[in-house]
Amino acid sequence: MCQDCGCSAGSGRKIVEVQESVLASNTSKARANREILKQHGILGMNLMSSPGSGKTLLLEKTIARLRDRLSVGVIEGDLETERDAERIRSTGVPVYQIVTGQTCHLDAFMLHDALHRFPLDTLDLLFVENVGNLVCPATYELGTHLNVVLLSTTEGDDKPAKYPVAFKNADLMILSKMDLLPQTDFDAARAIRDARIIRPSLEVIRLSARSDEGLSEWLDYIDGAVQRLRG
Amino acid sequence: MHEFSIVQSLMNTIEEHAARQDAQTVTRVVLRVGPLAGVVPHLLKTAFDTFKDRTVAEIAELVIEMSPLELNCRDCLQTSATDTVRFKCPECGSLNVEACEGDALMLERLEMEVPDGPA
Repeated sequence: MCQDCGCSAGSGRKIVEVQESVLASNTSKARANREILKQHGILGMNLMSSPGSGKTLLLEKTIARLRDRLSVGVIEGDLETERDAERIRSTGVPVYQIVTGQTCHLDAFMLHDALHRFPLDTLDLLFVENVGNLVCPATYELGTHLNVVLLSTTEGDDKPAKYPVAFKNADLMILSKMDLLPQTDFDAARAIRDARIIRPSLEVIRLSARSDEGLSEWLDYIDGAVQRLRG
Repeated sequence: MHEFSIVQSLMNTIEEHAARQDAQTVTRVVLRVGPLAGVVPHLLKTAFDTFKDRTVAEIAELVIEMSPLELNCRDCLQTSATDTVRFKCPECGSLNVEACEGDALMLERLEMEVPDGPA
């Protein structure tokens, strides 16, 4: 372009066919994360849900039940505070808190940075508790092996239909707070049907971290995944 | 609302391609977005207009082409495209469908001004 008047004399117009995903750099960083997990023989699980669906309580219960046979670590993502990390830290397992500030999701770059600060050598299983948000985290692949989405009975059974993106890459949906089911109008069959339209291979576990309903099924799911990873 | 993060990585990609072509100015950015991409087109535009200031894309127009949601129907076995996120077969009305396409978030092409090469 002409520096004097901005006309296009002395230059030509060019059309470049790019055909590249806008998230390509995140995808390649996610691949690097997957490689780090693989080198250390660690199963990575990405937990996603709305705020308040019970991710942290589920992790506390899970760690208590698994710690005798698996070495567990947790990376926490939150907009503010270290509260979740403190809850997990009191269980005695290694934890790292990512404070995202105003960012509504974790991305592969944030996880990559956290992995470099984490004691990976002794781990079998790494949970990533994503920022509580049923919209944004789903767009960002992290490089973990499994995506787990929690949907609590108190949120309502319409969430898979309303927030389809959250379920499109989910491997497992945990219907949480099942102990509160009688107090709600939650129709589990409807939630499952809607979620499987978006993700036909979706597995489902009905669970209450308070009453322990479904907890052993969840632990079996984790054990199975660890075994598959070890081949 | 993660459109700002998305536009940030879009800007990096635009800068890379412009540098590769030795272009000083990008005039048009064409994105293809599916209904399951998890982004809101008008928020993307707002974010783009905020970020493009003082970059190679300062005068660029962002064009968003929506691509349809494609559904496989397990009852009538048709594949159909629909513009809305409605998981219902447009052919037979069945809810027994599976989404096979719809999460595109692609930088399709860039138009830029490049210096004339040697004659």
